[in-house]
Amino acid sequence: MKNEYNSIPKEKFEFASQENIRFDQKFETKPIGYFKDAIMRFTKNKGSVVAGVILLLLIAFAVFAPVISSYGVNEQYTQYQYLLPKNKMFEGTGFWDGTKVKDASFKEYVYDNSHGAVVEVFEEYEQSNPTLMKYYKYRFDTYKRGFLYVTLEASAYQKLVQYENDNGIQLRYPMLDTSYTTNARLLLMHKEANYYYQLLPDMTPIFDNEGNIIPIYKVDDITGEYIYEEVTSTSVYRLRVDYDQYYVFQYGKEPLYLFGSDSFGRDIFARLGSGARLSIALGFSVALINILIGVIYGAIEGYYGGTADLIMERIADILIEIPSIILLTLFQIHFAGKIGPIPALLFAFVLTGWISTAARVRMQFYRFKRQEYVLAARTLGASDGRIIFRHILPNAIGTIITGSILMVPSVIFSESILSYLGIVDLTASDITSIGAMLNAGQTSLQYAPHVIFFPAIFISLLMISFNVFGNGLRDAFNPSLRGVEE
Amino acid sequence: MGKYIIKRLYLMVLSLFVIMTFLFILIRLLPFHVAGAPGADNDYALILREAYGYNEPILVQYGIFLWNIITKFDWGVSMQISWLTPVSKVLFDRLPSTMYVNLFAILVSIPIGLGLGIFAALRKNKIEDQIISVGVMLAISVPSFVTAFLLQYIFYSKLGWLPAIMTATDESGWFSWDTIKSIILPVFSLAVGSIAGFTRYTRAELTEVLTSDFMLLARAKGLTRTQATINHALRNSMVPIFPMIVGEFISILGGSLIIENIFAVPGVGKLYLTSIQKLDYDVFMFVSMFYVVIGLVAALMVDLSYGIVDPRIRIGGGKAE
Repeated sequence: MKNEYNSIPKEKFEFASQENIRFDQKFETKPIGYFKDAIMRFTKNKGSVVAGVILLLLIAFAVFAPVISSYGVNEQYTQYQYLLPKNKMFEGTGFWDGTKVKDASFKEYVYDNSHGAVVEVFEEYEQSNPTLMKYYKYRFDTYKRGFLYVTLEASAYQKLVQYENDNGIQLRYPMLDTSYTTNARLLLMHKEANYYYQLLPDMTPIFDNEGNIIPIYKVDDITGEYIYEEVTSTSVYRLRVDYDQYYVFQYGKEPLYLFGSDSFGRDIFARLGSGARLSIALGFSVALINILIGVIYGAIEGYYGGTADLIMERIADILIEIPSIILLTLFQIHFAGKIGPIPALLFAFVLTGWISTAARVRMQFYRFKRQEYVLAARTLGASDGRIIFRHILPNAIGTIITGSILMVPSVIFSESILSYLGIVDLTASDITSIGAMLNAGQTSLQYAPHVIFFPAIFISLLMISFNVFGNGLRDAFNPSLRGVEE
Repeated sequence: MGKYIIKRLYLMVLSLFVIMTFLFILIRLLPFHVAGAPGADNDYALILREAYGYNEPILVQYGIFLWNIITKFDWGVSMQISWLTPVSKVLFDRLPSTMYVNLFAILVSIPIGLGLGIFAALRKNKIEDQIISVGVMLAISVPSFVTAFLLQYIFYSKLGWLPAIMTATDESGWFSWDTIKSIILPVFSLAVGSIAGFTRYTRAELTEVLTSDFMLLARAKGLTRTQATINHALRNSMVPIFPMIVGEFISILGGSLIIENIFAVPGVGKLYLTSIQKLDYDVFMFVSMFYVVIGLVAALMVDLSYGIVDPRIRIGGGKAE
């Protein structure tokens, strides 16, 4: 082999670099950096991507729900308590249309039926409980409030009559004449405008020969016409109105609660949107501030080391031992009145929240500050600030990102606990919190589970998707897991 | 080891002192509230506050406060919750309820958690493992109060099998069927989280141990898979799990604010909340310090138990031994 080369004539040799010809080729492919690699590995993890999408949807809900909803957060309609979720598109399907299937006694059935709240009767059966009684199984429309007594000023009354004539809608219904009975209990019951028919003392309705209920409408003695209003001495009108129509007259909209209404007749959809906004905004801003403080604190600790590190570590050690619940409570008691409950919450979260980030950054600084490239940078005259932020900190970005994305759900969780327990009191402000909604819904868990259902589902989904997303991100940013197929 | 413990204890006392000072100042700066407990006497309360030094400068107050603790273990008296009862008695009266519920929760969660973890590790990447992983993820993410509401709704509202809140123990005794039945829901609400924690840890540790070299050696020298797993893998995987159990056991004293509130467990968590609502600051201070001490002791015990369970881990000491 060697001998072959001996025979090459000298003229055939030339300097390789003389004409700047390079025979090694440029890379065709683009280089894959740390972030690109992380994103590639993240997108391979289907579960995390799905969680990320759900997370975006939840955030979109928080942003848009209060805008979409026609109700304000604290808008109350006390006549519409515990209405079931209703969506116009599902009207009449029996699902998400504000109706529910109900098993009730004969009396209750007649009551519901008398003001049109019965949509469909499924079954009629008898059951001894303890005496033999007739029961009904029927679909019940929670949006049918029925009749209500209202008192109006003369001007408002005129407007109402005008509205009736203009639209051809009947709002006023005859007043009731309770003279058929002297039973105290029945008289009390007839104060409720929906009992407009004759009752026996045990509340069983009385029927006429054709099996219909007998209305007890008040009739004018002279003209024989129904009496629709009572005028009290101060020219205030007392009327018996169909409340569902009256509501439209009064507010110009039909009652429609996408997620149902709560014990005050407030819209759960709008409230949940507001609570979600608070949770997400608080979670992200706390995480952001904590990262900022943690990075600076950890960088100083790790970079300068020595006495500074010792003292700063001791401070962090002590701060982290304070149970966060106590800190949060104390801040609420002290500062909620002065700066508002939300800022007080924010400060309490920030006071100890940065420590974990600082510890992580400090570790990274200890690992990298003695490396040759840092020495080289210093030799070239780079300032401390430049070395910290340009040369060492980028090494810690992966751990910072993953640590902070998991900080968000923990803040949201703590906030919901505190507002659930009533330590954070938001009743005075015009926002609400998921925790406060859960607390309010807890009392009606048995008969109106939808009040608690939506906030509970929302916060669970939020926590799950944040955790799955955060874990995916952590794995993606951890180069040591690269190529390891778990 | 001894040196390390002393150092840790010294740091612990330092932390405790600093936190206590911090809490004391913050709590004493709160506005004064007239006594509101049943049978309270406001004039007497004012005299009592004078005696406890409430009208002195804050540092003098702190001196009196510390002196009372050191000489008499006197942390003050409750004025809102229970008139003139020493706060330590107020708290220790409620401790049994908390411990009772939490002890059951731990006794339930350790076997289930470890069992599921071991099962998942042995069936790694099979369908059973994946189901368990999803379950663990759900259990860890879903807030405990949502779990509690769900359990309450299913087993109380819908099925009617179990009571919604804990039965008062003084009526029926600790171990009557009524009491035990009434703590099933709180116990499981508490246990869901710890079960998930144990499962995740056990699975992670065991899978790591199962792939290590000494397991290959164990199989190579002729042990069956079961023998190797039980004798070698399980023991080694318990190293980080044992301290976790120790930590859980200490934290049973603290209890859970949320669960105690939902299920009306008359425990420490509930007391904490009541003391805030009723503005009983001495009780609040004592319960807070109780939580701080539990946290510190739990952290210390967890650290020390690492060294006890695994002699390979040398705690403290110099760089080279």
